Amino acid sequence: MSTLAITDLHASVTTDGGPREILRGVSLTVEAGSTHAVMGPNGSGKSTLAYVIAGHPKYEVTAGSVTLDGADVLSMSVDERARAGLFLAMQYPVEVPGVSVSNFLRTSATSIRGEAPKLRTWIKEVKEAMGDLQMDPAFAERNVNEGFSGGEKKRHEILQMSLLKPRIAILDETDSGLDVDALRIVSEGVNTFREQTGAGVLLITHYTRILRYIAPDVVHVFVDGRIVESGGPELADVLESEGYERFVTAPA
Amino acid sequence: MTTLTAPPLDLAPRLASADIEDFVVPTGREEEWRFVPMADVAAFMHPDADAGTLMAEPGPHVAIVDAAAADRTAWLPTDRPSAIARAGVASVIQVRVGADESVPEPIVVRLTGPTARTYGHVDVRVGAHARATVVLVHDAGVDASGSIVVEVGAGADLTMLSVIDGPPENVHLWQWHADVGRDARFTGAVITIGGRVVRIMPSVSYSAPGGTAELLGAFLADGPQFLEHRIFVEHDQPHCSSRVVYKGALSGHGAHTVWIGDVLVRREAVGIDTYELNRNLLLDDGPRADSVPNLELETGDVVSAGHASATGRFDDEQLFYLQSRGIPEQLARQLVVRGFFVDVLARIGSEHWRHEILERISSRLGMSDDHADLLRDVEGTDP
Repeated sequence: MSTLAITDLHASVTTDGGPREILRGVSLTVEAGSTHAVMGPNGSGKSTLAYVIAGHPKYEVTAGSVTLDGADVLSMSVDERARAGLFLAMQYPVEVPGVSVSNFLRTSATSIRGEAPKLRTWIKEVKEAMGDLQMDPAFAERNVNEGFSGGEKKRHEILQMSLLKPRIAILDETDSGLDVDALRIVSEGVNTFREQTGAGVLLITHYTRILRYIAPDVVHVFVDGRIVESGGPELADVLESEGYERFVTAPA
Repeated sequence: MTTLTAPPLDLAPRLASADIEDFVVPTGREEEWRFVPMADVAAFMHPDADAGTLMAEPGPHVAIVDAAAADRTAWLPTDRPSAIARAGVASVIQVRVGADESVPEPIVVRLTGPTARTYGHVDVRVGAHARATVVLVHDAGVDASGSIVVEVGAGADLTMLSVIDGPPENVHLWQWHADVGRDARFTGAVITIGGRVVRIMPSVSYSAPGGTAELLGAFLADGPQFLEHRIFVEHDQPHCSSRVVYKGALSGHGAHTVWIGDVLVRREAVGIDTYELNRNLLLDDGPRADSVPNLELETGDVVSAGHASATGRFDDEQLFYLQSRGIPEQLARQLVVRGFFVDVLARIGSEHWRHEILERISSRLGMSDDHADLLRDVEGTDP
């Protein structure tokens, strides 16, 4: 049973006017098999939380800790975190010209698994995973994220997640920019992944609509760099009907 | 009121001569020499009786012919070092592919040098409707200056690859001219990896209508390397086309690359199509890349004519993305740089040489054996 434990996490970004604190004491524990939704208004810092856990060099952690099964995540390089079992499905996946999806997937699978997957089973594995996400096989020959539509980018992120099988997956605004059909396919991909691997999922979202497809166990309201309230799935319904206003205007 | 005057034609005509004394010793202030570290090339500005001649292993298509007896192609040098080398070589490396002949395997010409300073002359002639790939490997570990002269017969299809590699202290100065016949296709790729001072001057002209020329380049500059690629395409026949794509990756303090792309479209060259592109990728803050495309049109009656040039920094977001998928930083950097060159290398017909060049590039970038094995496995895969 894997556990991602985030304790009193503070992080800043460097701006022209000096460092600006974005995370102001985040504490959150995600256990294997559970799904946590982190919901908050734009600019609340919820995406920063995802990038800080993944180790983006833009952010500086000034206090607090992040551990995965007791191991200090913050002392690991970005690739070490991935090999330790963390995965971040990005809101804005990056184009890598000249690197095909096929080569990229096999390189990362080899890096994560510590050895090259056997060719025959690998081809089958990729084909099935792509089929589940209703992706055209020709997709594998394209360059990573180059010229992908919004929906293709998100499917590609979920495809990687299902092949790399992380212990804890962080999905950053995976629902943004998806039409209803794409949202359903991507959500099914996430649900299949949850069932098959028993991984923990941290779902970061602005809207409640993805929660109709991916049922969270815990919902956190994220405002101004920290969690201001946590509850069961019913908290999402409150946010759906009342919005974030109550939390934003509440005194700190 | 503003008066517009046409700029002087400075792309042509160029002086072409076999007589060394027709070329004054350049000072470094001339347009075509302004970037070059002149002290490093000074030895090639005066004839050197001790300089040896570059040789190669003879083969079915390759012969070494005494310079006095050689039937050399009519093209003449357009700068002093090239004129000196032409006069100084004892023999000429001839590559011949007969009319209608199709050579399936690349003809590999590995240049070897008897002395530290050498002159070379390579004369390539491919007959009508022939098809061949010629690979010139410049990694003998000697300083060299010379000419590569190419004639592509009517309807022929020639791919030529010049791989400049070898120790990081060598000087390589080459003029490389291809004359493209009626409806013929010439692909000329320069892969510059090694050397201390490298100056390659590929040029193309057309002897009849309908020819296609593709000039490709991939270069990797590090530390104190100076690499200059100075291209000249002269469209003087109708309905021909030219594509120039050069890409460079630079790293390290003192690394300097120069790309000059001169395209001249003569009045009679109606209906032509030309495009040239140079992209440079700076891997750190040390290097300098100069990129100067020049397009001069004497006729407006063309299908299309354009150029583009861009120099950009290595994108750390790409690195983060790849690393976040478990790929170690060093390997991620390799992937990005290899990916940068892929579209140029994809146009080189020979798969063997495409892989060979990628391996040379990766090894120059300091790839570990483990990573090399991994990429070999991955690139042999096609799921």
